[in-house]
Amino acid sequence: MAKITVNNNRCKGCGLCINACPKKCISFSDEINKIGYHYAVLKNEKDCIGCGFCYQMCPDVCIEVFR
Amino acid sequence: MAKKLVKGNIALCEGALAAGLDAYFGYPITPQNEVPAYMSNKMVSLGKAFVQAESELAAANMVLGACATGKRAMTSSSSPGISLKQEALSYMAGMEIPGVIVNVQRGGPGLGNIAGSQADYFQAVKGGGHGDYHLIVFAPNCAQEMYEITYESFDIAEKYRNPVMLLCDGIVGQMMEPVDFNKEQKTSFAKKEWCLDGCKGREPRSIKSLLMADGVLEQHNLDLQKKYELIRKNEARAELYQVEDAEIIIVSYGISSRISKNAIKAARANGIKAGMIRPVTLWPFPTEAIKKYAKPAVKFLSVELCLGQMVEDVRLAVNGVSSVDFLGRAGGGIVSDKDVLNKIMELKK
Amino acid sequence: MNKILSKPESLKDNPLSYCPGCGHGIIHRLIAEAVDELGIREKTIAVAPVGCAVFAYDYFNFDTTEAPHGRPPAVATGIKRTNPDKIVFTYQGDGDLAAIGTAETIHCANRGENITVIFVNNANYGMTGGQMAPTTLIGQVTETTPFGRDPLREGYPVKVSELLANLEGTKYIERVTVFDAPHVIQAKKAIKKAFQNQVEGNGYSFIEVISHCPVDWGKTPLEAVKWVEEVFLKTFPLGVIKDTTK
Repeated sequence: MAKITVNNNRCKGCGLCINACPKKCISFSDEINKIGYHYAVLKNEKDCIGCGFCYQMCPDVCIEVFR
Repeated sequence: MAKKLVKGNIALCEGALAAGLDAYFGYPITPQNEVPAYMSNKMVSLGKAFVQAESELAAANMVLGACATGKRAMTSSSSPGISLKQEALSYMAGMEIPGVIVNVQRGGPGLGNIAGSQADYFQAVKGGGHGDYHLIVFAPNCAQEMYEITYESFDIAEKYRNPVMLLCDGIVGQMMEPVDFNKEQKTSFAKKEWCLDGCKGREPRSIKSLLMADGVLEQHNLDLQKKYELIRKNEARAELYQVEDAEIIIVSYGISSRISKNAIKAARANGIKAGMIRPVTLWPFPTEAIKKYAKPAVKFLSVELCLGQMVEDVRLAVNGVSSVDFLGRAGGGIVSDKDVLNKIMELKK
Repeated sequence: MNKILSKPESLKDNPLSYCPGCGHGIIHRLIAEAVDELGIREKTIAVAPVGCAVFAYDYFNFDTTEAPHGRPPAVATGIKRTNPDKIVFTYQGDGDLAAIGTAETIHCANRGENITVIFVNNANYGMTGGQMAPTTLIGQVTETTPFGRDPLREGYPVKVSELLANLEGTKYIERVTVFDAPHVIQAKKAIKKAFQNQVEGNGYSFIEVISHCPVDWGKTPLEAVKWVEEVFLKTFPLGVIKDTTK
């Protein structure tokens, strides 16, 4: 059991977390956040292993990891 | 306590030490080499910080760092080195960091020579670095003042959170005179609610001059000007010498004021009513003191070891009420008391 | 589920103003984590550079000061010499540290000041729009090397870590990178060790972080991290360059 949360309004949509995720369970949102970006969202929570690679790569420190 | 015969530069060191100096940062340059040499011994012996920096740039920025933490730090140099320190001075003024910077002036421009000079007046009082700021500038004229004013300058720097410059000259720095080391060793200091000493039990602090948000930098400048106005009101200082009945008033600071005083004595012996207003602070300039004695019948004479810098501030102070003449020499040349007396005689005609 | 990873206490809540995908945010976080883990937040004083990280004081949740361009080592020296009980570090870019502040960098290192230096090498001047840095690669196109850096015209990339390793005053020098998660974890270890060294009084520690600057490189974040791995690191190989603290 693991998951991540992304602070929608701080994410700048760089995609480094998506690139880092070994389980490919993060993707861009369809919506645009208030600073104008398609932010990252955990699409497949069941696949998340809580490895924290997304957290490690997030330049905006807007991901939290739960396990 | 008995007086001790020391060079002006050593008196300066003792003043700083008595003021509780925590750190000295310097770089060798004549004619202030006694200062780092003396401090290297004293500071290390006292278990305090001494660093011979890689440059005057670095030395001044070390002062910036130490003083940002609320410690007492100073650096000293001479004209070409002071040019390099202007960067840190502008930052310190903008960041409101106190600190003491000594300029034992030598001949310029460029590398110039190592003789005493007073050609850095503009640099000291009109800015020097970039931006709309002022240093508080003192001009000691003897070894005793090198001691006393240095001692006091740390308190004044901290009182206003503003860098203080001591604008000395090679002659006052090198000359040996008896000094009464009459100040008590400072050991307790006011708590500084702005300094960086670790955010234990409080919110973190930052000290900066980069203010990018709309209107913030303008407001900061307006606040600085308010502070400068207060300093103008509180700190302008001058020594008045035989000015009450004077028809000719010399305005002179540092070593020139000592030379001028001899000329005034000689003029008085010849029946000429001469006197002197000696700025002890060059910024704030003692405008009010000069204004008070500016009358149509009084002639002013600015005597400087340069080709006319302070004379501009004298003209602004008298504001056309009196005539203002100038006497000076450049490039390490020294005006003699005879030169000054001749000029007084000429003005008397 | 428990929260296992989140913003460290030593970072403020302010959003980071860096460009999307910029490496600075990652490096800030690593420093903040190291400071938290060592329990030194309340005695840390940071010296911010001139460059992109000039706003570091908006992000770090401890005392910070500004320094003129290139002078952080001198400012840090002034702080540390008068406050040996505080933890002092500089955070500097390649222009600040390796061009305008070369003298300060070398002499601070040579004096063996007991401080920590975090050197962010992204091979260009980010804040001013991507001009050539001392560390710009041969052939790299920047705002001021439109034909690519030509060593005959612009000289060679400066390898500051290797230069400093020759000085007896330096105790620990490591080059790390943040282009992928495993390397970020390694970078964290190095940064923490560099702070630990200071806590233990071991002397001067220097961490060079090879970082990415997607916007000024004209690349997407993904292209940028790929370029670090495939190109950048060829000129700046990773690893411990010096460690006399063992």
